[in-house]
Amino acid sequence: MASPVIASGSGTGPDPAGADTGPAGGAIEALGRRRLVLRRFLRNRLSAAGGVVLVLLFAMAFLGPLFYPWDHRTQDDLALLTPPSPEHWFGTTKLGEDLFAQCMRGLQKSLLIGLLVAIISTALAAVVGAAAGYFGRATDRSLMWLVDLLLVLPSFLVVAILSPAFRGGSWLLLVVLLAAFQWMITARIVRGMTLSLREREYVKAARFMGMAPWPIIRRHILPNMASLLIIDATINVGTAITAETALSFFGFGIQPPDISLGTLIYNGTESALTFSWLFLFPAALLVTTVLAVNFLGDGLRDALDPTSLRGRRRD
Amino acid sequence: MLEVRDLEVSFPSEAGRVAAVRGLSFDVGAGEVLGIVGESGSGKSVSALATMGLLPPQARIGGSIRFHGTELLGKSDVALSRIRGRRIAMVFQDPLSALTPIFTVGDQVAEALRVHDPKLAKKAAAERAVDLLDLVGIPHARARSASFPHEFSGGMRQRVVIAMAIANDPDLIIADEPTTALDVTVQAQVLDVLKTAQEITGAGIVLITHDLGVVAGVADRLMVMYAGRAVEQGAVDEVFGHPRMPYTLGLLGSVPRLDATEKRPLVPIEGQPPPMTDLPPGCPFTLRCPMAVERCSAEEPALEVVGPGPGGPEPHRSACWRSGDIERVEHDVAGAGADTAATLFGVRAPAPGAAGTDGRPDRPVVLDVVDLVKHYPVTTGSVFRRRVGTVHAVDGISFDIREGEVLGLVGESGCGKTTTLMEILGLEPPMGGRIVVLGSDVAGLGRRARVAVRRDLQVVFQDPVASLDPRLPVGDVIGEPLEVHGVARPQIRRRVAELLDLVGLRPDHANRYPAEFSGGQRQRIGIARALALEPKVLILDEPVSALDVSIRAGVINLLEDLRARLGLAFLFVAHDLSVVRHVADRVAVMYLGKIVEIGAVDRVFAAPSHPYTQALLSAIPIPDPAVERRRERILLRGDLPSPADPPSGCRFRTRCPLFVELDESRRRRCVTEEPPRAAVGSGHEAACHFAHAREVV
Ligand SMILES: Nc1ncnc2c1ncn2[C@@H]1O[C@H](COP(=O)(O)OP(=O)(O)OP(=O)(O)O)[C@@H](O)[C@H]1O
Ligand code: SF4
Ligand code: SF4
Ligand SMILES: [Mg+2]
Repeated sequence: MASPVIASGSGTGPDPAGADTGPAGGAIEALGRRRLVLRRFLRNRLSAAGGVVLVLLFAMAFLGPLFYPWDHRTQDDLALLTPPSPEHWFGTTKLGEDLFAQCMRGLQKSLLIGLLVAIISTALAAVVGAAAGYFGRATDRSLMWLVDLLLVLPSFLVVAILSPAFRGGSWLLLVVLLAAFQWMITARIVRGMTLSLREREYVKAARFMGMAPWPIIRRHILPNMASLLIIDATINVGTAITAETALSFFGFGIQPPDISLGTLIYNGTESALTFSWLFLFPAALLVTTVLAVNFLGDGLRDALDPTSLRGRRRD
Repeated sequence: MLEVRDLEVSFPSEAGRVAAVRGLSFDVGAGEVLGIVGESGSGKSVSALATMGLLPPQARIGGSIRFHGTELLGKSDVALSRIRGRRIAMVFQDPLSALTPIFTVGDQVAEALRVHDPKLAKKAAAERAVDLLDLVGIPHARARSASFPHEFSGGMRQRVVIAMAIANDPDLIIADEPTTALDVTVQAQVLDVLKTAQEITGAGIVLITHDLGVVAGVADRLMVMYAGRAVEQGAVDEVFGHPRMPYTLGLLGSVPRLDATEKRPLVPIEGQPPPMTDLPPGCPFTLRCPMAVERCSAEEPALEVVGPGPGGPEPHRSACWRSGDIERVEHDVAGAGADTAATLFGVRAPAPGAAGTDGRPDRPVVLDVVDLVKHYPVTTGSVFRRRVGTVHAVDGISFDIREGEVLGLVGESGCGKTTTLMEILGLEPPMGGRIVVLGSDVAGLGRRARVAVRRDLQVVFQDPVASLDPRLPVGDVIGEPLEVHGVARPQIRRRVAELLDLVGLRPDHANRYPAEFSGGQRQRIGIARALALEPKVLILDEPVSALDVSIRAGVINLLEDLRARLGLAFLFVAHDLSVVRHVADRVAVMYLGKIVEIGAVDRVFAAPSHPYTQALLSAIPIPDPAVERRRERILLRGDLPSPADPPSGCRFRTRCPLFVELDESRRRRCVTEEPPRAAVGSGHEAACHFAHAREVV
């Protein structure tokens, strides 16, 4: 008689994650981190837009000049300092060079320099900081000694002193040099975070299942400071572009006849009020680039961070 | 004395108003102990704070709280503060935050006196403070009253807080989880002090806890809370003996009993309490209740009288539509000798097939630890590190585990349990002694061989939050060991689904992050990961101590089931002896880095021979008021000595109750000579010069 009272055994019960999953079925496969992150990333409109804009900027910078009648060096003597027109989209400079062609040329350099420097310096910081923190002992001591040394060296001076050596050399040297002086503080922060992450139980669990140190760093340590690294990288893009501008100004960075957004902005500043397009177009491109990178970074951060609500599926 | 009627408390929150307490009524008489139990979030602490007038200003309070006939609700803070501390005192869970770090404990107790009696001279107050500290069992009270709170251990701090609470001879003491943060032996001491305090002051006590054992021994009456309401209320014996609400039944059935001679299935209460923001109509327990019928989700049952109190004026009340049916089942089941809770919740006895201790010598040894030593240096200074001492975290321990066997390792916090596990798991040559895993000595392992051994030796950690990488989806977490050991991808995917099923989760859970799971589910994920490589030995570091009681039972059942099905050997670390009794075949008791007693569970629990084991066992409360009242406690003095400076001879002598009774020459032996581990029965060893069995459960 007690039969209706008795439950039919114990199931998993209602689960807190909400009812957004259908009934159980063996057909549902585990997606793995990479695909989950991509999915979460694409859900975030703003960051997807940032990504698209960045791709468009690249396309415009590298493909645009192929279809545009003017190149960045040709001087149109009939059009000196003309405002934007169908003939010269962004107007011309006082020597009659086409500003659009110049901007595209500058954008090429600045995009490459900004992104490469950001990626290289953040990656360097991550690797050095994580290695120092995870391995400790001699590795830690020697790496931190290097960091401190680079921190006390006046970087601008070093670049200035070295610049004659690479004058005429490839702009890639400039990238390396800029990156070499941008990673140290982040590396110190990464090291500190690694020290605490290393003691987490899930890192211990990985160690006890036989995972080697570098895979642990790649899989457990670095993803758990992804927010820091991404923010650092996005800031570095802006910093690198401005640093390059400053160096160019003092005659150490990109030298004429080569062009970067920085040199264009610098040249346009003096006539910002009189011939405003000379300043506005390159400046707008710079701002667009930096903003797009920031949105992209935000989205990546949310996608990688499981506690962020923005990456979640909305009902 | 205290009458609470229809108390309602709600708080604003992002998600809407949180109804923390919904119509709660109870009384406390002078000299009476009312126990309040419930899961975290059920509104226990909020009710207590409301009584003290300590709720934050944004809380909305309704109903009535009368103390000695005067209404407390609506009184100004100034008026309340005259009552608070003098007539109603409170003891909190965390004693450190209740004490000001910059004043000595003596000053703080004296201050508590002088606040309510400004005429009291400073000197007299200080004198009385020393008396009070002495009363709550602080050794050398006069000297120690000049110490600061951080110089005291958790148990000592809680005593100080109790001393402050009883300083003004209050009429009512509200103790909110006063022993939750403490070890069992210290918990027994503190409960004892609380009892003494009550006898001296004659105050009524409201004891809030989630441990049914604690209330069984101390309380006269019991109130069970769920989702902001009392769901069952009555005299302790009535409620424990004849529960009439499925939640109470589940709670009672979910805790393993120290005095259970045979293995009884544990009752898990699946699921979580409902969100308190917008409660659906009907009984809040509906979703988790095995007996729910249609009516339950439509209409909330009121708290109604279901039986008389035995001789007392307090009737037994419960809020459940089906309390009548429960009574009938209880009746039927009692004849069959079965367990009401287990029957109602439909749990079956654990699957047989566990090897137990039969034929032990014939089975191969899977883990052998011999004289393991681990010392940590104590250093000072940051620039020039100077070694100033040594922490003897593990100081020569030996044990072995055979195939399919569960060894429980128990001991107070800081005795070296985790250190032992980490030494074994590290697979590095130990500082001293030998570790042999599955026949290979770890000292001689090459890189390759070490990785191979790891396949067979896996670990489940204590904290289900910290042990899962928050950035990895659960599928990757579980598949990780397989990946490390080079299993192909499609195979990993299949195995992950299989493992999720094995631990009672759904395959589609693989795509979620750990943060989206409850504690119990996360611990299941941790277990699935540990089982991925089909290990032979599983090391578990307090796998259930971070979980809520009702969820604990589910995880323990799972572990038992897995062990029976897969023939695993466990090294199971716990500080809860009742869990160990339930799960383990053999038990090793650790004290300050040494094993003081080891043997088959039945033997050690029935005839503990080391005074420490006896004290430990006697300190554990049994959730049965009748048994609990009959029991005699062996109280230990003081706290665990520092492992940096262990006592000479027998390490336990500073707290040993037997030592005090010995004559001078025998004592000298305890002080000078370290007791070796000697057999006191078959496979049962104890490290005491004067070991003799004593029944304490
Ligand atoms: N890295 C370390 N450095 C110095 N001392 C340590 C270290 N790790 C642990 N200890 C000390 O060693 C002793 C044993 O610690 P262990 O963590 O093994 O205790 P436990 O029995 O697991 O306690 P619990 O029940 O709290 O988990 C403690 O006194 C602890 O403070
Ligand atoms: S009222 Fe219904 S749902 Fe609530 S406890 Fe009773 S049987 Fe279960
Ligand atoms: S050896 Fe002496 S001090 Fe140690 S436990 Fe036995 S009686 Fe107590
Ligand atoms: Mg521990």
